[in-house]
Amino acid sequence: MSEFTPLSRRAMAARVAHDIPEGWVCNLGIGIPTLVADCLPIDREVILHSENGILGMGPSPAPEDIDPWVINAGKQNVTLLDGASLFHHADSFAMIRGGHIDLCILGAFEVAENGDLANWATSAEDAAPAVGGAMDLAVGAKRIWVVTEHTTKDGAPKLVSHCSYPLTAPGVVDRIYTNLAVIDVTSRGFEVAEIVPGLSFEALQAQTGAVLHRKEN
Amino acid sequence: MIDKRVRDIAEGLEGIQDGSTVMVGGFGSVGQPDSLIEGLIEQGARELVIVANNAGSGHVGLAKLMEAGRVRKIICSFPRSAGSVVFEDLFKAGKLELEIVPQGTLAERIRAAGAGIPAFYTATGVGTKIAEGKETREFDGKTYLMERWLPADVALVEAWRVDRWGNCDYRGSGRNFNAIMATAAKTTIVLARKIVELGEILPENVVTPGLFVSRVVPFQSNIPV
Repeated sequence: MSEFTPLSRRAMAARVAHDIPEGWVCNLGIGIPTLVADCLPIDREVILHSENGILGMGPSPAPEDIDPWVINAGKQNVTLLDGASLFHHADSFAMIRGGHIDLCILGAFEVAENGDLANWATSAEDAAPAVGGAMDLAVGAKRIWVVTEHTTKDGAPKLVSHCSYPLTAPGVVDRIYTNLAVIDVTSRGFEVAEIVPGLSFEALQAQTGAVLHRKEN
Repeated sequence: MIDKRVRDIAEGLEGIQDGSTVMVGGFGSVGQPDSLIEGLIEQGARELVIVANNAGSGHVGLAKLMEAGRVRKIICSFPRSAGSVVFEDLFKAGKLELEIVPQGTLAERIRAAGAGIPAFYTATGVGTKIAEGKETREFDGKTYLMERWLPADVALVEAWRVDRWGNCDYRGSGRNFNAIMATAAKTTIVLARKIVELGEILPENVVTPGLFVSRVVPFQSNIPV
Protein backbone atom coordinates (compact mmCIF):
# COMPACT_ATOMS: atom_id res chain seq x y z
CA MET A 1 0.00 0.00 0.00
CA SER A 2 1.38 3.36 -1.02
CA GLU A 3 1.78 6.39 1.22
CA PHE A 4 -0.35 9.46 0.61
CA THR A 5 -1.56 12.46 2.62
CA PRO A 6 -5.07 13.83 2.07
CA LEU A 7 -5.17 17.63 1.81
CA SER A 8 -6.17 19.57 4.94
CA ARG A 9 -9.16 21.94 4.72
CA ARG A 10 -6.75 24.86 4.39
CA ALA A 11 -4.74 23.07 1.67
CA MET A 12 -7.96 22.33 -0.25
CA ALA A 13 -8.87 26.03 -0.12
CA ALA A 14 -5.37 26.97 -1.29
CA ARG A 15 -5.60 24.44 -4.15
CA VAL A 16 -8.86 26.04 -5.39
CA ALA A 17 -7.52 29.57 -4.92
CA HIS A 18 -4.57 28.66 -7.17
CA ASP A 19 -6.97 28.02 -10.10
CA ILE A 20 -8.97 31.27 -9.95
CA PRO A 21 -7.84 33.54 -12.80
CA GLU A 22 -7.11 37.22 -12.35
CA GLY A 23 -10.15 39.44 -12.82
CA TRP A 24 -12.86 36.93 -11.95
CA VAL A 25 -15.72 37.84 -9.62
CA CYS A 26 -16.24 34.98 -7.16
CA ASN A 27 -18.74 34.10 -4.49
CA LEU A 28 -17.64 31.85 -1.64
CA GLY A 29 -20.05 29.55 0.18
CA ILE A 30 -19.95 28.66 3.86
CA GLY A 31 -17.31 26.24 5.24
CA ILE A 32 -14.10 25.39 3.33
CA PRO A 33 -15.02 27.80 0.47
CA THR A 34 -14.84 30.72 2.95
CA LEU A 35 -11.17 29.85 3.61
CA VAL A 36 -10.39 30.62 -0.06
CA ALA A 37 -10.53 34.35 0.80
CA ASP A 38 -7.41 33.92 2.94
CA CYS A 39 -5.53 31.81 0.36
CA LEU A 40 -5.59 33.98 -2.79
CA PRO A 41 -2.13 34.88 -4.12
CA ILE A 42 -1.33 38.46 -3.09
CA ASP A 43 -0.46 39.53 -6.63
CA ARG A 44 -3.73 38.31 -8.16
CA GLU A 45 -6.76 40.64 -8.35
CA VAL A 46 -9.87 38.55 -7.78
CA ILE A 47 -13.07 40.30 -6.66
CA LEU A 48 -14.94 38.44 -3.92
CA HIS A 49 -18.73 38.82 -3.72
CA SER A 50 -20.64 38.20 -0.51
CA GLU A 51 -24.40 37.58 -0.80
CA ASN A 52 -25.17 40.03 2.02
CA GLY A 53 -24.12 42.92 -0.18
CA ILE A 54 -20.35 43.18 -0.62
CA LEU A 55 -18.12 43.26 -3.69
CA GLY A 56 -14.40 43.51 -2.97
CA MET A 57 -14.34 41.55 0.28
CA GLY A 58 -10.84 41.14 1.77
CA PRO A 59 -9.35 38.59 4.14
CA SER A 60 -10.44 38.20 7.76
CA PRO A 61 -9.23 41.09 9.96
CA ALA A 62 -6.68 41.10 12.78
CA PRO A 63 -8.56 41.30 16.12
CA GLU A 64 -7.75 45.02 16.52
CA ASP A 65 -9.08 45.82 13.03
CA ILE A 66 -12.55 44.27 13.40
CA ASP A 67 -15.42 46.44 12.11
CA PRO A 68 -18.60 44.85 13.57
CA TRP A 69 -20.62 46.30 10.66
CA VAL A 70 -18.82 44.28 7.99
CA ILE A 71 -19.55 40.54 7.92
CA ASN A 72 -19.64 37.80 5.28
CA ALA A 73 -22.35 35.26 4.39
CA GLY A 74 -21.18 33.03 7.26
CA LYS A 75 -21.60 36.00 9.67
CA GLN A 76 -17.84 36.23 10.26
CA ASN A 77 -16.04 39.57 10.38
CA VAL A 78 -14.29 40.43 7.13
CA THR A 79 -12.50 43.42 5.62
CA LEU A 80 -13.22 45.61 2.60
CA LEU A 81 -10.51 46.17 -0.02
CA ASP A 82 -9.93 49.56 -1.62
CA GLY A 83 -12.42 49.54 -4.51
CA ALA A 84 -15.08 47.63 -2.58
CA SER A 85 -18.78 48.45 -2.91
CA LEU A 86 -21.82 47.81 -0.70
CA PHE A 87 -25.42 47.17 -1.76
CA HIS A 88 -28.68 45.59 -0.62
CA HIS A 89 -29.89 41.99 -0.95
CA ALA A 90 -32.03 42.48 -4.08
CA ASP A 91 -29.07 43.99 -5.97
CA SER A 92 -26.77 41.30 -4.59
CA PHE A 93 -28.98 38.52 -5.91
CA ALA A 94 -29.56 40.38 -9.18
CA MET A 95 -25.79 40.04 -9.64
CA ILE A 96 -26.10 36.31 -8.90
CA ARG A 97 -29.30 35.50 -10.81
CA GLY A 98 -28.38 37.83 -13.65
CA GLY A 99 -25.25 35.82 -14.49
CA HIS A 100 -22.74 38.49 -13.43
CA ILE A 101 -20.73 36.24 -11.07
CA ASP A 102 -17.93 34.31 -12.82
CA LEU A 103 -17.58 31.58 -10.25
CA CYS A 104 -19.26 30.29 -7.12
CA ILE A 105 -17.44 27.88 -4.82
CA LEU A 106 -19.78 25.77 -2.69
CA GLY A 107 -19.64 22.90 -0.24
CA ALA A 108 -21.68 19.75 -0.89
CA PHE A 109 -23.32 16.74 0.74
CA GLU A 110 -23.33 14.96 -2.64
CA VAL A 111 -22.40 15.65 -6.26
CA ALA A 112 -23.65 13.36 -9.03
CA GLU A 113 -21.77 12.49 -12.22
CA ASN A 114 -24.26 14.58 -14.25
CA GLY A 115 -23.45 17.67 -12.16
CA ASP A 116 -26.46 17.50 -9.83
CA LEU A 117 -25.71 19.25 -6.53
CA ALA A 118 -27.19 18.39 -3.13
CA ASN A 119 -26.00 20.69 -0.35
CA TRP A 120 -28.98 21.96 1.62
CA ALA A 121 -31.05 19.15 3.14
CA THR A 122 -29.83 15.86 4.56
CA SER A 123 -33.03 13.91 3.86
CA ALA A 124 -36.38 14.27 2.16
CA GLU A 125 -37.91 14.28 5.67
CA ASP A 126 -35.70 17.15 6.84
CA ALA A 127 -38.54 19.61 7.39
CA ALA A 128 -36.40 22.56 8.45
CA PRO A 129 -33.40 22.64 6.14
CA ALA A 130 -31.40 25.82 5.69
CA VAL A 131 -31.10 26.75 2.03
CA GLY A 132 -29.74 30.30 2.32
CA GLY A 133 -28.44 31.53 -1.04
CA ALA A 134 -27.26 28.14 -2.35
CA MET A 135 -30.10 27.57 -4.85
CA ASP A 136 -29.78 31.06 -6.33
CA LEU A 137 -25.99 30.73 -6.62
CA ALA A 138 -26.16 27.24 -8.09
CA VAL A 139 -28.29 28.36 -11.04
CA GLY A 140 -27.03 31.93 -11.37
CA ALA A 141 -23.23 31.85 -11.29
CA LYS A 142 -21.45 31.19 -14.60
CA ARG A 143 -19.50 28.27 -13.08
CA ILE A 144 -19.93 26.12 -9.98
CA TRP A 145 -16.94 24.54 -8.32
CA VAL A 146 -17.47 22.31 -5.30
CA VAL A 147 -14.94 21.89 -2.49
CA THR A 148 -15.58 18.94 -0.20
CA GLU A 149 -13.99 15.98 1.55
CA HIS A 150 -13.99 13.03 -0.87
CA THR A 151 -16.11 10.93 1.52
CA THR A 152 -18.25 11.48 4.61
CA LYS A 153 -16.79 10.98 8.09
CA ASP A 154 -18.08 7.39 7.90
CA GLY A 155 -16.29 6.80 4.59
CA ALA A 156 -19.40 6.91 2.38
CA PRO A 157 -18.73 8.45 -1.05
CA LYS A 158 -19.92 12.02 -1.68
CA LEU A 159 -19.28 11.76 -5.42
CA VAL A 160 -22.05 9.50 -6.64
CA SER A 161 -23.95 8.33 -9.72
CA HIS A 162 -27.25 9.78 -8.42
CA CYS A 163 -27.84 12.12 -5.46
CA SER A 164 -29.93 10.57 -2.70
CA TYR A 165 -30.42 13.88 -0.87
CA PRO A 166 -32.79 16.62 -2.09
CA LEU A 167 -31.22 18.62 -4.92
CA THR A 168 -30.03 22.20 -4.65
CA ALA A 169 -29.99 22.36 -8.45
CA PRO A 170 -29.76 19.82 -11.28
CA GLY A 171 -26.71 19.61 -13.58
CA VAL A 172 -24.77 22.67 -12.38
CA VAL A 173 -21.40 21.50 -11.03
CA ASP A 174 -18.39 22.01 -13.33
CA ARG A 175 -15.47 20.94 -11.14
CA ILE A 176 -14.88 19.27 -7.76
CA TYR A 177 -11.89 19.77 -5.46
CA THR A 178 -11.63 17.12 -2.76
CA ASN A 179 -8.96 16.25 -0.21
CA LEU A 180 -7.87 13.48 -2.62
CA ALA A 181 -8.36 14.76 -6.16
CA VAL A 182 -9.49 17.40 -8.63
CA ILE A 183 -12.32 16.11 -10.80
CA ASP A 184 -14.06 17.70 -13.77
CA VAL A 185 -17.73 17.04 -14.45
CA THR A 186 -17.98 16.42 -18.18
CA SER A 187 -20.52 15.04 -20.65
CA ARG A 188 -19.15 11.53 -19.97
CA GLY A 189 -19.17 11.94 -16.18
CA PHE A 190 -16.38 12.38 -13.64
CA GLU A 191 -12.98 12.99 -15.24
CA VAL A 192 -9.95 12.92 -12.94
CA ALA A 193 -7.65 15.90 -13.51
CA GLU A 194 -5.35 15.44 -10.53
CA ILE A 195 -4.74 12.98 -7.67
CA VAL A 196 -2.76 13.60 -4.46
CA PRO A 197 0.75 12.11 -4.74
CA GLY A 198 0.97 8.46 -3.70
CA LEU A 199 -2.73 7.63 -4.25
CA SER A 200 -3.54 5.36 -7.21
CA PHE A 201 -6.42 5.86 -9.65
CA GLU A 202 -7.85 2.52 -8.49
CA ALA A 203 -7.69 3.52 -4.80
CA LEU A 204 -9.47 6.79 -5.65
CA GLN A 205 -12.11 4.87 -7.62
CA ALA A 206 -12.70 2.66 -4.57
CA GLN A 207 -13.72 5.74 -2.56
CA THR A 208 -16.01 7.14 -5.27
CA GLY A 209 -19.66 6.20 -5.83
CA ALA A 210 -19.58 6.58 -9.62
CA VAL A 211 -17.30 5.61 -12.48
CA LEU A 212 -14.15 7.76 -12.78
CA HIS A 213 -12.65 8.45 -16.18
CA ARG A 214 -9.01 9.14 -16.92
CA LYS A 215 -8.45 12.46 -18.60
CA GLU A 216 -7.86 12.12 -22.35
CA ASN A 217 -4.80 14.03 -23.44
CA MET B 1 -43.67 70.41 9.19
CA ILE B 2 -43.09 66.80 8.27
CA ASP B 3 -41.63 65.02 11.25
CA LYS B 4 -41.67 61.20 11.37
CA ARG B 5 -39.67 61.00 14.59
CA VAL B 6 -41.37 59.39 17.57
CA ARG B 7 -40.40 59.63 21.24
CA ASP B 8 -39.59 56.03 21.96
CA ILE B 9 -40.02 52.39 20.96
CA ALA B 10 -43.55 52.14 22.42
CA GLU B 11 -44.78 55.05 20.28
CA GLY B 12 -42.94 53.59 17.28
CA LEU B 13 -44.75 50.26 17.58
CA GLU B 14 -48.23 51.62 18.34
CA GLY B 15 -51.14 50.01 16.53
CA ILE B 16 -49.51 46.76 15.33
CA GLN B 17 -52.37 44.25 15.16
CA ASP B 18 -52.56 40.56 16.05
CA GLY B 19 -51.90 38.41 12.98
CA SER B 20 -49.74 41.04 11.24
CA THR B 21 -47.00 40.11 8.81
CA VAL B 22 -43.86 41.75 10.18
CA MET B 23 -40.60 42.01 8.25
CA VAL B 24 -37.41 42.12 10.25
CA GLY B 25 -34.31 43.53 8.57
CA GLY B 26 -30.69 42.60 9.12
CA PHE B 27 -28.34 39.79 8.16
CA GLY B 28 -26.62 38.15 11.09
CA SER B 29 -26.30 40.79 13.77
CA VAL B 30 -25.62 43.59 11.26
CA GLY B 31 -28.59 45.90 10.82
CA GLN B 32 -30.89 43.83 13.00
CA PRO B 33 -33.26 46.10 14.93
CA ASP B 34 -33.23 44.00 18.11
CA SER B 35 -34.76 46.64 20.40
CA LEU B 36 -37.78 47.07 18.08
CA ILE B 37 -38.28 43.30 17.91
CA GLU B 38 -38.11 42.97 21.68
CA GLY B 39 -40.40 46.02 21.93
CA LEU B 40 -43.07 43.92 20.23
CA ILE B 41 -43.19 41.71 23.33
CA GLU B 42 -44.36 44.63 25.47
CA GLN B 43 -46.52 45.96 22.62
CA GLY B 44 -48.44 42.69 22.84
CA ALA B 45 -49.31 41.71 19.24
CA ARG B 46 -49.82 37.95 18.84
CA GLU B 47 -50.03 35.36 16.04
CA LEU B 48 -47.40 37.25 14.06
CA VAL B 49 -46.00 36.10 10.72
CA ILE B 50 -42.31 37.04 10.67
CA VAL B 51 -40.32 37.55 7.47
CA ALA B 52 -36.56 37.51 8.13
CA ASN B 53 -33.47 35.85 6.68
CA ASN B 54 -32.70 33.94 9.87
CA ALA B 55 -34.81 32.59 12.70
CA GLY B 56 -32.90 34.29 15.52
CA SER B 57 -30.14 33.05 17.77
CA GLY B 58 -29.55 32.88 21.50
CA HIS B 59 -32.40 34.37 23.55
CA VAL B 60 -32.43 37.95 22.27
CA GLY B 61 -34.29 39.82 19.53
CA LEU B 62 -36.30 37.53 17.28
CA ALA B 63 -35.51 34.47 19.41
CA LYS B 64 -36.92 36.26 22.48
CA LEU B 65 -40.11 37.22 20.60
CA MET B 66 -40.57 33.60 19.47
CA GLU B 67 -39.84 32.33 22.97
CA ALA B 68 -42.60 34.64 24.26
CA GLY B 69 -45.01 32.71 22.00
CA ARG B 70 -45.89 35.67 19.75
CA VAL B 71 -44.91 34.14 16.42
CA ARG B 72 -47.23 31.82 14.48
CA LYS B 73 -45.12 31.45 11.34
CA ILE B 74 -41.69 32.37 10.09
CA ILE B 75 -40.73 32.90 6.44
CA CYS B 76 -36.95 32.73 6.03
CA SER B 77 -34.04 31.25 4.07
CA PHE B 78 -31.75 30.00 6.82
CA PRO B 79 -33.54 29.03 10.06
CA ARG B 80 -30.79 26.82 11.42
CA SER B 81 -27.61 28.53 12.48
CA ALA B 82 -25.29 28.57 15.45
CA GLY B 83 -27.43 29.22 18.53
CA SER B 84 -30.86 28.96 16.86
CA VAL B 85 -32.05 26.93 19.85
CA VAL B 86 -35.39 28.68 20.36
CA PHE B 87 -36.41 28.11 16.74
CA GLU B 88 -35.40 24.45 16.84
CA ASP B 89 -37.30 23.73 20.08
CA LEU B 90 -40.49 25.47 18.93
CA PHE B 91 -40.32 23.90 15.48
CA LYS B 92 -39.82 20.38 16.86
CA ALA B 93 -42.72 20.91 19.27
CA GLY B 94 -44.94 21.86 16.31
CA LYS B 95 -45.52 25.35 17.71
CA LEU B 96 -44.09 27.23 14.77
CA GLU B 97 -44.95 27.11 11.07
CA LEU B 98 -42.01 27.44 8.66
CA GLU B 99 -41.78 28.55 5.04
CA ILE B 100 -38.29 28.08 3.54
CA VAL B 101 -37.48 30.46 0.68
CA PRO B 102 -34.16 30.61 -1.20
CA GLN B 103 -32.43 33.81 -0.14
CA GLY B 104 -32.43 35.50 -3.55
CA THR B 105 -36.08 34.59 -4.11
CA LEU B 106 -36.90 35.98 -0.66
CA ALA B 107 -35.14 39.25 -1.52
CA GLU B 108 -36.84 39.50 -4.92
CA ARG B 109 -40.32 38.70 -3.49
CA ILE B 110 -39.80 41.57 -1.06
CA ARG B 111 -38.48 43.91 -3.78
CA ALA B 112 -41.41 42.95 -6.05
CA ALA B 113 -43.90 43.81 -3.30
CA GLY B 114 -42.31 47.23 -2.88
CA ALA B 115 -42.36 47.78 -6.63
CA GLY B 116 -45.97 46.65 -7.15
CA ILE B 117 -45.12 43.50 -9.13
CA PRO B 118 -47.39 40.60 -8.03
CA ALA B 119 -45.21 37.76 -9.40
CA PHE B 120 -42.04 37.04 -11.33
CA TYR B 121 -40.17 34.09 -12.86
CA THR B 122 -36.81 32.75 -11.65
CA ALA B 123 -34.61 29.74 -12.42
CA THR B 124 -33.88 29.35 -8.71
CA GLY B 125 -35.44 26.17 -7.32
CA VAL B 126 -36.39 24.56 -10.67
CA GLY B 127 -36.07 20.76 -10.33
CA THR B 128 -36.02 20.89 -6.51
CA LYS B 129 -38.46 20.53 -3.59
CA ILE B 130 -38.95 24.31 -3.66
CA ALA B 131 -40.74 23.97 -7.02
CA GLU B 132 -43.45 21.63 -5.70
CA GLY B 133 -46.92 23.02 -6.41
CA LYS B 134 -45.60 26.09 -8.22
CA GLU B 135 -46.33 27.14 -11.77
CA THR B 136 -43.45 26.81 -14.24
CA ARG B 137 -43.05 28.38 -17.65
CA GLU B 138 -40.51 28.20 -20.43
CA PHE B 139 -38.81 31.34 -21.73
CA ASP B 140 -36.26 31.11 -24.57
CA GLY B 141 -35.88 27.38 -24.03
CA LYS B 142 -35.26 27.46 -20.28
CA THR B 143 -37.68 26.59 -17.45
CA TYR B 144 -38.51 29.11 -14.74
CA LEU B 145 -40.61 29.08 -11.56
CA MET B 146 -43.28 31.61 -10.81
CA GLU B 147 -42.81 33.24 -7.41
CA ARG B 148 -45.23 35.71 -5.83
CA TRP B 149 -44.56 39.03 -4.19
CA LEU B 150 -44.30 39.17 -0.42
CA PRO B 151 -45.92 42.29 1.02
CA ALA B 152 -46.06 43.01 4.76
CA ASP B 153 -48.08 45.03 7.23
CA VAL B 154 -45.03 46.24 9.11
CA ALA B 155 -41.28 46.42 8.41
CA LEU B 156 -38.82 46.81 11.28
CA VAL B 157 -35.65 48.30 9.87
CA GLU B 158 -32.35 49.52 11.28
CA ALA B 159 -30.53 52.36 9.51
CA TRP B 160 -27.40 54.33 10.35
CA ARG B 161 -28.33 58.01 9.87
CA VAL B 162 -31.96 59.11 9.49
CA ASP B 163 -33.51 62.60 9.21
CA ARG B 164 -37.02 63.76 10.17
CA TRP B 165 -38.31 63.11 6.62
CA GLY B 166 -37.19 59.49 7.01
CA ASN B 167 -34.25 59.58 4.57
CA CYS B 168 -31.82 56.81 5.53
CA ASP B 169 -28.30 55.66 4.91
CA TYR B 170 -26.70 52.43 6.15
CA ARG B 171 -23.35 51.43 7.56
CA GLY B 172 -21.08 48.62 6.32
CA SER B 173 -23.05 45.56 5.21
CA GLY B 174 -26.14 46.88 7.08
CA ARG B 175 -28.11 47.64 3.92
CA ASN B 176 -28.89 43.92 3.38
CA PHE B 177 -32.63 43.22 3.80
CA ASN B 178 -33.29 46.61 5.45
CA ALA B 179 -33.27 48.70 2.28
CA ILE B 180 -35.73 46.41 0.47
CA MET B 181 -38.03 45.65 3.42
CA ALA B 182 -38.41 49.40 3.95
CA THR B 183 -40.22 49.53 0.58
CA ALA B 184 -42.53 46.53 1.05
CA ALA B 185 -44.67 47.26 4.12
CA LYS B 186 -47.72 49.42 4.82
CA THR B 187 -45.92 50.77 7.89
CA THR B 188 -42.12 51.01 7.92
CA ILE B 189 -40.59 51.66 11.32
CA VAL B 190 -36.90 52.63 11.26
CA LEU B 191 -34.59 52.35 14.24
CA ALA B 192 -32.13 55.23 13.68
CA ARG B 193 -28.61 54.80 15.02
CA LYS B 194 -28.19 58.57 14.58
CA ILE B 195 -30.84 61.21 14.00
CA VAL B 196 -29.48 63.94 11.73
CA GLU B 197 -30.68 67.27 10.31
CA LEU B 198 -32.29 67.44 6.86
CA GLY B 199 -29.53 67.77 4.27
CA GLU B 200 -26.88 66.16 6.42
CA ILE B 201 -27.12 62.99 4.32
CA LEU B 202 -26.19 64.30 0.88
CA PRO B 203 -29.07 63.70 -1.58
CA GLU B 204 -26.86 61.47 -3.75
CA ASN B 205 -26.08 59.32 -0.73
CA VAL B 206 -29.64 58.69 0.48
CA VAL B 207 -30.26 54.93 0.15
CA THR B 208 -33.85 54.75 1.39
CA PRO B 209 -35.78 57.89 0.39
CA GLY B 210 -38.05 59.09 3.19
CA LEU B 211 -41.30 58.36 1.33
CA PHE B 212 -40.85 54.67 2.24
CA VAL B 213 -40.56 55.45 5.96
CA SER B 214 -43.50 55.89 8.35
CA ARG B 215 -41.85 56.34 11.76
CA VAL B 216 -38.33 57.06 12.98
CA VAL B 217 -37.36 55.69 16.40
CA PRO B 218 -34.18 57.09 18.01
CA PHE B 219 -31.70 54.37 19.01
CA GLN B 220 -31.02 56.09 22.34
CA SER B 221 -34.45 55.06 23.61
CA ASN B 222 -32.96 51.58 23.72
CA ILE B 223 -30.96 52.42 26.85
CA PRO B 224 -32.70 50.69 29.78
CA VAL B 225 -33.92 52.98 32.61
